[in-house]
Amino acid sequence: MSTAILETRGLNRSFGAVTAARDLNVRIDTGEVVGVIGSNGAGKTTFINMVTGYLPPSSGEILFEGRSIVGQKPRQIIRSGMTRSFQVAQLFPELTVLDNLLIALVAAEGPRPSFFGGLRSRERIRRADEILDEFGVVRYRDTVVRTVPQGARKLVDIAMALIGKPRMLLLDEPTSGVSVEEKFPLMDTVMAAVRQHGVTVLFVEHDMEIVERYVSRVLAFYSGEIISDGQPAAVFADSRVQELVIGHGHGHVTPASQRSAA
Amino acid sequence: MLRLDKTETWLLAATVILLTAGFLLPSWLTFILTLAFAKALVVQGVVIQMRAGLVSFGQGLFFCIGGYAVGMGGAFLDVHDVFALIGLGVAVAVGVAAIIGLLMTRYRDIFFAMLSLALSMILFGVIVKNPTLGSTDGFNVHAPTLLGWAPQGQEQKLAIFVLTVLIAGGLALALNRYMKSGLGGVNEAIKENEIRVEFLGLSPRWILYANYLFAAGISAVGGALTALATGHVDPEMAFWTTSGEFVFIALLGGTTHVAAPFVAAVLFALVRTYALELAPHSWQMILGFVLLAIIIFLPKGLWSLVAGKRRAAA
Repeated sequence: MSTAILETRGLNRSFGAVTAARDLNVRIDTGEVVGVIGSNGAGKTTFINMVTGYLPPSSGEILFEGRSIVGQKPRQIIRSGMTRSFQVAQLFPELTVLDNLLIALVAAEGPRPSFFGGLRSRERIRRADEILDEFGVVRYRDTVVRTVPQGARKLVDIAMALIGKPRMLLLDEPTSGVSVEEKFPLMDTVMAAVRQHGVTVLFVEHDMEIVERYVSRVLAFYSGEIISDGQPAAVFADSRVQELVIGHGHGHVTPASQRSAA
Repeated sequence: MLRLDKTETWLLAATVILLTAGFLLPSWLTFILTLAFAKALVVQGVVIQMRAGLVSFGQGLFFCIGGYAVGMGGAFLDVHDVFALIGLGVAVAVGVAAIIGLLMTRYRDIFFAMLSLALSMILFGVIVKNPTLGSTDGFNVHAPTLLGWAPQGQEQKLAIFVLTVLIAGGLALALNRYMKSGLGGVNEAIKENEIRVEFLGLSPRWILYANYLFAAGISAVGGALTALATGHVDPEMAFWTTSGEFVFIALLGGTTHVAAPFVAAVLFALVRTYALELAPHSWQMILGFVLLAIIIFLPKGLWSLVAGKRRAAA
């Protein structure tokens, strides 16, 4: 029997008169790869922000591995085993890629970094080199992050999120800002790493080709609500999704299956 | 066994050279160096925070606490041993920092800078209004003893110089370790992207709080050594221009190397001494031009010259 790793019950969030999330009831089982789709302003990022403690919900419950995490700070949620990446890669731009990973490794060792022992210990550098290799960004090892291409930055961002050995990873538009040529190799690298680490994944994505190819289940958001939840083919065939999400444009890339049907 | 890196070897060598030089240099120069190294410790406190993205315009608060602890320890508590007096200053400064740090670490950027300045000015105001503490004139510090030894005159000045160099050398070694540690790396990360640090599972506020306490302690040592060297304390130690001077020296040296504040403090002391001599009424203008030149031509401070040469040689 599958077990829920993440569950939200009656989750709501308002910004003044605007409702960004309305009665969201979601259950993600361990091992699932779930895609979240929706037009801009549909509430996808608000959902991720609430689940990772960046934004408190107005009401409702969030359970991670059966425990309530509402009111917890992001760092507490990260330490409990759920992590995230960002739509715009959140790195330390003036440091090298290696130093970014070293800092993530320091953070993974515990909540109180040690005064003793250098940042650049032999063991940490060995681990960082392994990670660089796993994510295919070895060539940027000693490059200052702000000069690294967007695709590589995304990979470093996700690699840093995975260093803490999370059990669940939330990705906010992992291929946004990445070239057409780069997006599939990037996702292949990410999904290979995720599978190797046995991580449950939920990702927000505008590109339906990516969603169709990598997820086992899709949640379609519209105006703060989930209007469809199921296997990709079923969700893409849903008339409300067709009309309100895919047909809406907003930079969506149509699923390959639908392009061939047209 | 503790292994020394290249910087630490240089720091040890510099400490030994300075200790030897203390017996050879004229007393006016050892006095200037004593004050410069004591100030450099306060600047180290500013730099620790700058590396995490915070600029304190009120480090004079802890400088003053360290100085007044020495003065008051001798005058009111009959404590005369330098180590006890310095320890007293550090304990009071860290105690105060532990309380106000809870508030300070909630603020960033200009709000942190202005709040730190405001707190040091409150202390300035309290001292100025207190005749027991000598009001605006301050008061003289009782002659200190060193583990029972009571040096007098020139001997005392030399003893304070030696003590200052030893303490500055020891703290420089510790600070070098700190800068290169995992915690030191996270400090830079906080400056770059605090949100990401939080999303790596760390508490930026806790780290900034630890920095604040450390900076307070080291600044109090600087204040205590200054009081011991000059034999006098006054409320100017907490005045905003004194805090501004520490920021000035921090910018002059740069924040990338532990030796930079020491070099900058010595240069600052020499420039000021000669500027005062050459242009007694416009020395501040000369210092202003020096800072302007540094910001325009060496935005990362004087140490970037050394770092640049090393890069070129590599």
